[in-house]
Amino acid sequence: MSTLPLEIRSLNVAYHRKMVLWDADLSIRPGRSTAIVGPNGAGKSTLLKAALGLIPAASGEVLFYGEPLKKVRSRVAYVPQRESVDWDFPVSARDVVAMGLYKKIGWCLPVRARHRRMADEALADVGLADFAGRQISQLSGGQQQRVFLARALAQKADLHLMDEPFASVDAATEQAILTLIERLKLEGGTVVCVHHDLDTVAEYFDDVILLNMRVVAQGPASEVLTPENLRKTYGARLTLLDEAVVDLSRPGAPRES
Amino acid sequence: MESFWRVLLLQDHNTRVVLAGACLFGAAAGLAGTFLLLRKRSLLGDTLGHATLPGITLAFLLAETFGVSSRSFLWLASGAALSGVAGMGAVLLIRKTSHLKDDAALAIVLSVFFGAGIAMLSAIQQLPGGQAAGLERLIYGNPASMTSSDAWFVLVASLLVAGVCGFLFKEFTLLCFDESYAQTAGWPVRPLDVLLMGLVVLVTIVGLQTVGILLVVALLVIPPAAARFWSDDLRVMALFAAGVGALSSMVGVVVSALLPGLPTGALIVLSAALFFGVSLLLGKKRGIIIRHLLEREAARRLVREHVLRAIFECAEEGRSVVSLEQVLAKRPWKKNEVVSEIAQLTDDGLLTTDPSALSFQLNGRGDSEARRLVRNHRLWEIYLLNHADVAPARVDRDADLIEHVLDQRLVDELEDLLDEKARERLVPGNPEKNLP
Amino acid sequence: MIWTELDTWIVLTGALTAMACAVPGVFLLLNKQSMLGDAISHAVLPGLAIGFLVSGSRDSFPMLLGAVLAGLFTAVVSGVIERRGRVETGASLGVVFCSLFALGLILIRIAADHVDLDPGCVLYGALELAVIDSAAVPRIVWQSTAILLLNLTLVAVFFKELQLAAFDPRFARASGIPSGGIHHGLTVITALTTVVAFESVGSILVIAMLIVPGASAMLLSRSVAGVLFWSLVVALASALAGHLLAISVAPAWLGWLTGRQDLGSLNSAGMMAASAGLIFFTLLAASHFARSISGHGRTSVL
Repeated sequence: MSTLPLEIRSLNVAYHRKMVLWDADLSIRPGRSTAIVGPNGAGKSTLLKAALGLIPAASGEVLFYGEPLKKVRSRVAYVPQRESVDWDFPVSARDVVAMGLYKKIGWCLPVRARHRRMADEALADVGLADFAGRQISQLSGGQQQRVFLARALAQKADLHLMDEPFASVDAATEQAILTLIERLKLEGGTVVCVHHDLDTVAEYFDDVILLNMRVVAQGPASEVLTPENLRKTYGARLTLLDEAVVDLSRPGAPRES
Repeated sequence: MESFWRVLLLQDHNTRVVLAGACLFGAAAGLAGTFLLLRKRSLLGDTLGHATLPGITLAFLLAETFGVSSRSFLWLASGAALSGVAGMGAVLLIRKTSHLKDDAALAIVLSVFFGAGIAMLSAIQQLPGGQAAGLERLIYGNPASMTSSDAWFVLVASLLVAGVCGFLFKEFTLLCFDESYAQTAGWPVRPLDVLLMGLVVLVTIVGLQTVGILLVVALLVIPPAAARFWSDDLRVMALFAAGVGALSSMVGVVVSALLPGLPTGALIVLSAALFFGVSLLLGKKRGIIIRHLLEREAARRLVREHVLRAIFECAEEGRSVVSLEQVLAKRPWKKNEVVSEIAQLTDDGLLTTDPSALSFQLNGRGDSEARRLVRNHRLWEIYLLNHADVAPARVDRDADLIEHVLDQRLVDELEDLLDEKARERLVPGNPEKNLP
Repeated sequence: MIWTELDTWIVLTGALTAMACAVPGVFLLLNKQSMLGDAISHAVLPGLAIGFLVSGSRDSFPMLLGAVLAGLFTAVVSGVIERRGRVETGASLGVVFCSLFALGLILIRIAADHVDLDPGCVLYGALELAVIDSAAVPRIVWQSTAILLLNLTLVAVFFKELQLAAFDPRFARASGIPSGGIHHGLTVITALTTVVAFESVGSILVIAMLIVPGASAMLLSRSVAGVLFWSLVVALASALAGHLLAISVAPAWLGWLTGRQDLGSLNSAGMMAASAGLIFFTLLAASHFARSISGHGRTSVL
């Protein structure tokens, strides 16, 4: 029985008669961090959402640790995009993180002090200990992202699926996320992120999946990010300048300041 | 007048019943309505209310066939419930099987069901005996006709609503806040949604007698909207909404005793509207007037900071006794703003001002305060210059200390940078390191 | 089934009213503001009542003005509440129109003591009575025709602006088209149409005529012009079918269902709304069937 954290076979997703994902085939290796990159509209978020059953797929198979999602939900944590919620909602950072514990608390039972303490611990892990009681609209974008991360942390899952966690965040949050990813890996966990920035992908992640409706290539970052593969993924959109930048970002390449 | 006191002092059994029923309804509606508001489906209550009419009229017409009294509230309420559920189903159906949006689905079901109900009502109106009048009271509300057994029903139903909302509070909270996360975590999102709608159906049934089907939506929408202005905590907001709902009902019933000709339901809604108006303006957390006052307060604090910093910088450049002219020259600001702020600072004991009020000096407290402000400011400036890509999202000039916003490590880094640049005489240095 | 001249006038009035409502209704639908139509039709009530109190009669300019002002008030104030109070759109609308409606109910009760006005009449109209007129052509027919022609003319004149404002309001504004003004204009026309319509179909059933024909049309056509055309067709059909059913089939079925023999014809306006609904749901089912046969239907999750 396969124990890969995530295996996707022939996933097809259509939206209003337009194909968004075409025969996507990929596997995620355990204990590593993987980035899913591709041009806008390439289906990156769709891949994540379809794998999680949030949007319907036309066909295909998705297995988490060899099982369908509903059998292993407690082992999978999802960090959605920030835009997916209304940050005006009357809850505090602590309340949001505690939501990661709801499943463990169970139906109808209340959130107790010890759960709130656990939430505070998770918040401390992402550097937001002082902000636990703040209403979420009073947090900056990066802080909100970290609240989402703390929520996933609180779940104590094995596989973390994150949708653009690095989008529009400040340096401190970026650092916090990277530290978190390293820690999760150290504890034996697996991290998969939809990532938008070619510039940083080789630096932040072990493995890369290049996606443009189909999976163009997957594997270790240093092997996958070839000009050839990038051309296939980004097509005409990748300019010479971008290529030069990506070249430089590969580990081992000389860095400019 | 006498009836007013009778009502207020609860001397009448009938009044006690009516008041209890109305308040319970108001509270239940406020509670369920809170989740509706957060789910952004407030107007669902309108569709639901209107959709109950065909069920009520059909139940009435079928009463004899089933051997039930056509006046039985429970019987009519059941009809209303089934019809409401059918309406909800129709809304979901339209949403699922067409590209029409939520608002269209709600409007379609509302009007079509109500139209069918009106048509059937017209049939009933032709029947001898004026039996339609009882039904019409369910459209406009008539709490005075509530009997003890009706009130028991209201009590049980309201407790049920409160119970479900209480036990499933965290589940509903999660559903309203982040549906996709809830789904991945394994919560049954659709059934929870349906349950919430079921609660709204129950609230609608409870409200049939109190405010009538046309105004139930008002108690589902207005109290929670009012409550939002008072708290940023969902638990408090929900309780507040229930409270406002109950209070509005009470006020409406009492006023109705004073003015017996007027429809009680409408009076209840107007009381709720009054509470909303007050909340909109004065709500502690988000009221318009409060926010305006806070903004003015913040603007004043900003002026004070600018003045203190300006005085410190003038003193840094020259003598410690600073003149008004020097301060005014520092930035383009209004003279009388500066003058009044200086007067205020003197009163507060941070400045020692010469009797002519044209020159002044920072004293002990004022000096340490000014140093803190200047240090913060200079570190923020360095931060903005060196981290231009992400700084704007992070800068929080209102923070007492830059450390409250940025990592200590980052702040240390910035301080080192500041020292470096000060040594190169590019910028003035860190005032807390240059203490005399 | 007996068909008299009165029946013809009823159908004609109903059709003209329904078509007049369908026109602005299409744009409410496209702007995703269907519930604004609901809000306006509730909110005009106090305007009508005040008009009554002021003028003492049923067909008067003050009433028209009052209702239009109430409609504008709703749109404007709910906008303020939404922006300044940061309240969600539906709730802002709900607060305003519920309060106005309650106020209207109270005013009508007060006005009823001075003027012969039945609240039920205001709310669900009395089409059968409205067409009873000493003139050869009932006044209400002229009114309905007038409002229909007005609406059609305005839409014809402002067609591209309406279309653009519905599709992309920000772009419209950037192009110099005042999409805010267009929305206000739409609100005014909706309120005006509601007022003219309330005498025949009542202010609440107006909502059916505003939205359901347009929604049905959207299942049949993908262009704005096509939607407008089909909405008029559906409105006409609803009026005809509604009245026919009201005087024949519906009482018979209702009688069979409930075991009563004594049911006369039903409220035509109500049946018109119900017929519009029947047409809509039939089209919905048909389009869903068509799609699943051609294989483009949505399939289930993994």
